Amino acid sequence: MGNMQLEKLRFGTELIKRGFAKMQKGGVIMDVTNAEQARVAEEAGAVAVMALHRVPADIRAAGGVARMADPKKIEEIMEAVTIPVMAKCRIGHIAEARALESLGVDMIDESEVLTPADAFFHIDKRDFVIPFVCGARSLGEAIRRIWEGAAMIRTKGEAGTGNIIEAVRHTRLMNYAIEQVKEMDESELYNVAEKYAMPYKKLAEKVAEEMGIKLSEDEKIFGKYSVAEITDGLFDVLKEVKKLGRLPVVNFAAGGIATPSDAALMMLLGSDGVFVGSGIFKSTNPPAYARAVVEAVENWRDSKVVAEVSKGLGEAMKGEEIDKLEEMLQTRGL
Amino acid sequence: MSFLIAVIAAQGDVEEHVLMARMALKELGMEGSVVATIDKKEVAKSDAIILPGGESTTISKLIHAKSIAEEIKKAAKEGKPVMGTCAGSILLAKHGDKQIERTNTELLRLMDIWVKRNAFGRQRESFQAKLNVKHVGEFEAVFIRAPAIMKVDSNVDILAKIDDYIVAAQQDNLLAITFHPELTNDTRLHKYFISLF
Repeated sequence: MGNMQLEKLRFGTELIKRGFAKMQKGGVIMDVTNAEQARVAEEAGAVAVMALHRVPADIRAAGGVARMADPKKIEEIMEAVTIPVMAKCRIGHIAEARALESLGVDMIDESEVLTPADAFFHIDKRDFVIPFVCGARSLGEAIRRIWEGAAMIRTKGEAGTGNIIEAVRHTRLMNYAIEQVKEMDESELYNVAEKYAMPYKKLAEKVAEEMGIKLSEDEKIFGKYSVAEITDGLFDVLKEVKKLGRLPVVNFAAGGIATPSDAALMMLLGSDGVFVGSGIFKSTNPPAYARAVVEAVENWRDSKVVAEVSKGLGEAMKGEEIDKLEEMLQTRGL
Repeated sequence: MSFLIAVIAAQGDVEEHVLMARMALKELGMEGSVVATIDKKEVAKSDAIILPGGESTTISKLIHAKSIAEEIKKAAKEGKPVMGTCAGSILLAKHGDKQIERTNTELLRLMDIWVKRNAFGRQRESFQAKLNVKHVGEFEAVFIRAPAIMKVDSNVDILAKIDDYIVAAQQDNLLAITFHPELTNDTRLHKYFISLF
């Protein structure tokens, strides 16, 4: 670039990745399965779209293994809209994530909505130029994903159900845990970090048990990291949470948001914005629904507006009760 | 009377601007307050306005739907400082590119500049670099799916460029910055903005 020396441009820094997520704040990110839906979302004021092969409700209904969407479909959606396009890869599926990166999607969702590829680990997201968003049910899951390099966290909720209870549960759990963190001293925080490091030990412990050997503390158990290094990394993220009184990255609500007032509820509980999956294109009037959810997120403080935009929208997606589900997607990926 | 800065809280990195503007006021030793608002009465009362980064398609819809756009235009014409960063800089422009036309994004049409959305590419091509910014000096600039200013009229002062792309420009009391000073800890651009009052 002319007088700017190319080596002086830095790409994919943490500031750029977390910064991208900050630009989404106060916005609605909508699941779409084709170019036409993507345009409806953009026209309604969505800040980004999530390109999918099927919306979560249909993934749930179809059963079988859910994988990354067809790259051709993702490209069609990228060409159709000017707003950012995100796409999902399976938990731990580094090759799907690399494929999405090469397509040039703006953010990757390492998502429990798809069938996990790795029973032990999530992707080390620091290795990528593209930012990642990951789901979390608890502060521990969020801290682990942030340490792995996630630039954005969302609640897992229970995708494809149109039932808000799980997203609310996860937000309340996380908010309460953050309140605890704020009161803790460094040694208490370090104990939490040690607890939060435990899921990374699963692989090494399994092998140690199978071989009848003892696991040593300085062994590299996740990529180039030992237990001690992981614990220190998690401890640093926890200290940041304590200092800021919130997660150090943008935190959205997702999983079961079906109506404008569901979206407003999540904002009221402190979410920075919302993902709406099946809610919009499983309703009877998607353009009106999409617009109404955007307005509800924008005006969540003003109940009159939330009531106004909810009028005469037609039917919301039918939804499901959580205890009638055959499978809880949220339990995927600790 | 104390100085009031309104950050338009339609969507985007509003809080980052609030914190930076507060820090800038403090460092300047000025009495003042900064509010994040989508209340047009509050916007009307303010002495300076910031349009944050975010998605220009989204922000444009919301400020026009709530008649905040009219208040921003009025403030700009009264000579109050108005700064737009990234998406905000697009909204300040009189002239948009094909993407802006295709999405029917309504601009505030305040500055005689021609903007191009996503001029450097998608998120993968987003970057940070040290730039020389007129009146401010060397500045660590963070570009996120950033627009660029392709052309300006002679009444517009170019403050910073990358190659042929103009990335910061001033027209009297109006500042268009296509990067994100609010994502750094450097308050100098916010202080310069306040000094335009």
